Amino acid sequence: MFGTHYRIERKSIALAVAIMIVASIGGLIEIAPLFTIDDTVESDPDMRVYTPLELAGRNIYIREGCYACHSQMIRTLQDEVERYGPYSLAVESQYDHPMLWGSKRTGPDLARIGGKYSDQWHTAHLKNPREVVPQSIMPRYNWLSESQLRTKHLGDDLRALRAVGVPYSDEMIATASADAVAQASPEGDIAGLGERYGDATQIRSFDGDSRTVSEMDALVAYLQILGKLSDAAHQPPTPKE
Amino acid sequence: MAILVVLAAVGLAMAAAGAGRADPMQTHGFIVLLFSLGFLCVLLNGYFAPEPSETRLESYYDDPSKAGIVIAMAWAVFAMFIGDWVAWLLAFPDLTFDAAWSSFGRLRPVHTTGIIFGFGGNALIATSFHVMQRTSRARMPDQFSPWFVLIGYNLFCLLAVTGYFMGITQSKEYAEPEWYADIWLVIVWVTYLLLYLRTLARRKEPHIYVANWYYLAFILVVAILHIVNNLAVPASFAGAKSYSAFSGVQDAMTQWWYGHNAVAFFLTAGFLGMLYYYLPKRAGRPIYSYRMSIIGFWGITFFYMWAGSHHLHYTALPQWVQTLGMTFSVMLLVPSWIAAANALLTLNGAWHKVRDDATLRFMMMAAVFYGLSTFEGSFMAIRSVNALSHYTDWTIGHVHAGAMGWVALITFGSIYAVVPWLWKRERMYSPALVEVHFWLALAGTLIYVFAMWNSGIIQGLMWRTYNDSGTLTYSFLDSMVAMHPYYVARAIGGLLFLIGAIVGCYNIWMTIHRPSGAPAPSDDAPLPANLQPAE
Repeated sequence: MFGTHYRIERKSIALAVAIMIVASIGGLIEIAPLFTIDDTVESDPDMRVYTPLELAGRNIYIREGCYACHSQMIRTLQDEVERYGPYSLAVESQYDHPMLWGSKRTGPDLARIGGKYSDQWHTAHLKNPREVVPQSIMPRYNWLSESQLRTKHLGDDLRALRAVGVPYSDEMIATASADAVAQASPEGDIAGLGERYGDATQIRSFDGDSRTVSEMDALVAYLQILGKLSDAAHQPPTPKE
Repeated sequence: MAILVVLAAVGLAMAAAGAGRADPMQTHGFIVLLFSLGFLCVLLNGYFAPEPSETRLESYYDDPSKAGIVIAMAWAVFAMFIGDWVAWLLAFPDLTFDAAWSSFGRLRPVHTTGIIFGFGGNALIATSFHVMQRTSRARMPDQFSPWFVLIGYNLFCLLAVTGYFMGITQSKEYAEPEWYADIWLVIVWVTYLLLYLRTLARRKEPHIYVANWYYLAFILVVAILHIVNNLAVPASFAGAKSYSAFSGVQDAMTQWWYGHNAVAFFLTAGFLGMLYYYLPKRAGRPIYSYRMSIIGFWGITFFYMWAGSHHLHYTALPQWVQTLGMTFSVMLLVPSWIAAANALLTLNGAWHKVRDDATLRFMMMAAVFYGLSTFEGSFMAIRSVNALSHYTDWTIGHVHAGAMGWVALITFGSIYAVVPWLWKRERMYSPALVEVHFWLALAGTLIYVFAMWNSGIIQGLMWRTYNDSGTLTYSFLDSMVAMHPYYVARAIGGLLFLIGAIVGCYNIWMTIHRPSGAPAPSDDAPLPANLQPAE
């Protein structure tokens, strides 16, 4: 064994190739099957996709680094289920490019935060968390209400997501910018929105100011949908046929 | 030079494209443009310099190593400052400006990238240039590639860090930079690999020394990890935003396969390369065991790549992957401790030097922390332990035991060893300041790690405590309030560590600028035979 090594370490290319082979095995065995084994992700035909406004909100969540302190993955432990709700299923993040499971809970888990608090609570809390929760150590995000959401190129975002496997239709891509505005403006043209994204789509001014669509609108719309794209986690497990 | 012109053109194109949609990529375009024009000026300035004499080819080429060490120390101070700032923010959240760029979520990746890639990466590149030439007894094949690697790499770091301030991020931890920065890093990295292999090809030694195995593994595997984890589709070539090719559970596994092995091959393999050269050189002792080097090296290369899934215990990741990750994480303790023991046993016969020489003590203490944090890592990867530790500050404490105790200490030790050699000085300007730095760094690390152990375990226990009526005793807020004293302690520990780094910078600066006395015994003499791995 050490004799073989005595020879390998005299040849730089042989050493390099050996390192690549030895290092690749673990990843190949653990990652490749996740794409081929059907059991890995449960199937939920009713799983909804993010609307353009929610997607824009998700991108703000990413931009501000919220994932550094908030996880979106409830583990299969009793105390977590009691604190946050049913444990997270793989299907619930199947359209999440990238996933935001997180690795640290400086703040609480947000996987099922949708619908737990009112829009007003979220808006006030994001503007100054200590106004609502005096002991909070979360940063303030008071500028979000003043920043107008950039909706012009959302179609590009949907198209890129379709390229990596999210089922957005041509129509959704074409109307992405208009849909984002419509979802936060209840007086606007909202008929097509429900048709494209389902009747459960929440349509209202999320930041309480219906004159403009702000980044606050988008972020709150995203927070209010968390855990609500699929009902699979709330149903009792079905035995395999 | 042509490359700089092309780079300037790319920068201009990025600026123009970004400007078309008022995307923050516009700013990055200007940064690339200014960066390349700046170096173009430097290059043109040197065009009329007299032809260098042929004798230069008879010595090692160390200017990029010198520059790399200075840049690494600059990154260290910058990123440790940001780190301590965000540490104070967790105790006193309003200690910041009322602006988007200065919120915790944007500053945190500045700290992690600044330390890992800015400080660690530059130190690795600088020392690897130094080590590969000495252990091969060969000069680098050309003078352009090392500068391209060093400067190009720092352009990547600059794009990454300025991007976070503007909110440009992929959100993948430790792989946050967006697609164009990622592509640029691939170009730089391939040049680095070729430079390494070309230098090895010129070696006058029949064997490749063990430090080079580790540096080579670091370069190769980081390339694989970086390319796979960053596969993404840009929303538009005129904007910074891209969407990961993977989603959900596959993305999580790929991310932590990357994340854990960034620890393995960036923060472990590369720095073990440093350890295996500078520790025996400084101690004047040969490596204790050639066989332990081999087992340690291949064990780490093989086992580490399986361990990433221990970041995903009890999640929606299939159980079989979690179990594999846990099993290999525990087995990983064996090669890790072999490597640590090999380093410590090398000091046999030189322990009196450890007592007297703070530089060698830095390296010894690094090996001790390496052993301790790999033990802690294997322990935390056990599923039932992870149920308590995951999502808490314990993880942060573990990471910093590794990053401060192992990575930073071995780097400081190696830098204190190599600076007098490179600048031909007898010794560092002040050995007493090295001593001061050592105790500041050690005290800072211990305060930090103990604070995080306490807060993490308390947090984990509070989250799972039930009262007599069978309901959860503490709200999340209760657990958060309980963390406050530990967050203050942690920030103080970090501050001590930062002060130590500043003391180190001053010492290095004075060493470089003090007129040299008698040129010191450098390490340029052919390596003693006992450093060769052959038995």
